[in-house]
Amino acid sequence: MKVALFVPCYVDQFYPKAAIATLELLEKLGCEVHYPKNQTCCGQPMANSGYEHLTGGCNNLFIDNFSGFDYIVCPSGSCTLHIKEHLHSNENEGLATEIRKRVFELTEFLVDILQVKTLEASFPYKVGMHQSCHGLRGLHIAQMTELVAPPFSKPTQLLSMVKGLELVPLSRADDCCGFGGTFCVVEEAVSSKMGKDRVNDHIAHGAQYITSADLSCLMHLEGILRRETSDVKVIHIAEILNHSI
Amino acid sequence: MSSTTTTTKDHPQLAAIFNRDEPRVNWHDETLWWVRAKRDIAAHKLPEWELLRETASQIKNNVLSNLSSYLEQFEANAIKNGVIVHWAANAEEHNHIVHQLLSERGINRMVKSKSMLTEECHLNEFLAQRGIDVIDSDLGERIVQLAGEPPSHIVLPCIHKKKEEIGDIFHEHLGSAKGESDPKILTETARQHLREIFLTRRAALTGVNFAIAQTGEIVICTNEGNADMGAHLADIHIASMGMEKIIPERKHLGVFLRLLTRSATGQPITTYSSHFSKPQDGKEIHIIIVDNGRSIQLGREDFRNSLKCIRCGACMNTCPVYRKSGGHSYHTAVAGPIGSILAPNLDMEKYADLPFASTLCGSCSNVCPVKIDIHDQLYKWRQVIVKAGYTPKAKTIAMKGMAFTLASPTLYRAAGKMGRWTFKHAPFAVNNGANPWYKHREMPKAPEQSFGEWYAKRKENKK
Repeated sequence: MKVALFVPCYVDQFYPKAAIATLELLEKLGCEVHYPKNQTCCGQPMANSGYEHLTGGCNNLFIDNFSGFDYIVCPSGSCTLHIKEHLHSNENEGLATEIRKRVFELTEFLVDILQVKTLEASFPYKVGMHQSCHGLRGLHIAQMTELVAPPFSKPTQLLSMVKGLELVPLSRADDCCGFGGTFCVVEEAVSSKMGKDRVNDHIAHGAQYITSADLSCLMHLEGILRRETSDVKVIHIAEILNHSI
Repeated sequence: MSSTTTTTKDHPQLAAIFNRDEPRVNWHDETLWWVRAKRDIAAHKLPEWELLRETASQIKNNVLSNLSSYLEQFEANAIKNGVIVHWAANAEEHNHIVHQLLSERGINRMVKSKSMLTEECHLNEFLAQRGIDVIDSDLGERIVQLAGEPPSHIVLPCIHKKKEEIGDIFHEHLGSAKGESDPKILTETARQHLREIFLTRRAALTGVNFAIAQTGEIVICTNEGNADMGAHLADIHIASMGMEKIIPERKHLGVFLRLLTRSATGQPITTYSSHFSKPQDGKEIHIIIVDNGRSIQLGREDFRNSLKCIRCGACMNTCPVYRKSGGHSYHTAVAGPIGSILAPNLDMEKYADLPFASTLCGSCSNVCPVKIDIHDQLYKWRQVIVKAGYTPKAKTIAMKGMAFTLASPTLYRAAGKMGRWTFKHAPFAVNNGANPWYKHREMPKAPEQSFGEWYAKRKENKK
């Protein structure tokens, strides 16, 4: 199975450990993982700011990098959703369509495609699961609390396979962290308040780590935790699933 | 994102002011989250909830696709019932019709139950300027009216006010005891005050929740019975309705009544769901059907289904941005996510900030009882607003630079390296007041190498 690793730009630059963990985890599970080296960004920062018309260059570059693989796997629900919903090309729409069908967020890939039932991982800590909105409501990697529908969660299904990990309950299971791309600077006051409230929910329930399938949320929450000099840390779910003592 | 030609504050500025009082933000957030939680409990009691939403959505889609014929059918049936029907192309026409109806009858005092449409049309100010006194009879609306403020929420107009503040307002205007904040006593004070109003007003204006094409009747939902009190006691009942309020048949009403209040407040149904079809002997019912931009919205393919809205307010209660910025920060009659997709249709420049007042978390679209794709429309409005030129120049320049850099692997790698170097060796360049992120958050720590650099080395070592 030829898998292309799609590493979001900010993960590449600021959180390489999450990408390394994703790569190692996929290799452990028997995937032939390729990292197309000329990848940059999915184009979401421009598109969500109203500049989707400027994303043509990113789109074509993405298509150049990611065509011809069985699957494209990304440790970010948000970037995956952007590609699934917005990757188009005047020159290569056929290839774009193919990519949109083959791109998966890591936890949905592990659960739905690789059908992982056991993991050799241990992480003996209390962990709070932050559901990223785009993974949750966009990719439906877990059931949202808004709908009257049976509950499920691909990320927590995977976390339940990790030895020693104790998942803490939250008062608000899927409230947004307030990152929102350029929202975090344009609406700085509301954004940081939202982040602060999410962090406090995890802390109040005794979390030692906050994890998520999206690092953009975690980057935001980490910024708040570090400002408050909290001992609570953020960690991408791939790092937990790839973690052994 | 502030508009360059107006001096009014935009959502980020108003939200920042709201956030100066953090305990109050917490209180506001928790109050509305409590309403959202009540909605969840009510919805989960109905296993057929999602089917109801889908049914309501399809009924409304049908209405929007056949709106002109349903409106004509409604008008014909209403006229048969003895109702007088008026058509208003915009807010001004609507206000003039109301004014004329009142002045022709020598009426200078009117009681009004909740109508967000009249807020949208700024009817109270219009009539006040012409010497007509309007008293809002919905308790929440009466409170904000006495406070000289607009409603901050379409269902819970005074949700931003604490009971102690309401006590002060009532003490000042209605003569309640100083420092009284017991909701029961304050409600009784309002009840006595409004009773006198109901008994003495010859004209009553109400909104319309549903207008049934098949029968020509209108349905008005209230918890306080204030619409009924006003309309039954007055000689003339004026009902203002947005033209999208139509439902085809009576049998469809059940679907909407089951959804409306469960979504709004978590109640199974409003206390009063009153049907008005024909006037009592010697009295009049006038229905004003208002367009005010709705035809234009109907013509916008990406945004037309915003007209499915039944004004339950569920999208506001669930919206983390609304909960933490308050209804007034949206500077429009209908706040929150739904207001943010409706307002740019009326004035794209004035409301250019609103579609950006969202993280696109998508909660709104999924609580919406008529399945409006609110967050997708917020995204689409952003594209429209940028293309129309209502974004600051600096932002456009920054975005162009970003798009250029990210389209080139070489430039991207160089910029990344430079950024990480700066974070590490010259943190003062980013950790300062000019960086809005840094105000309440630390910047990410810069690692020695990017993943790309690590991967290239690993590949090299494997050779």
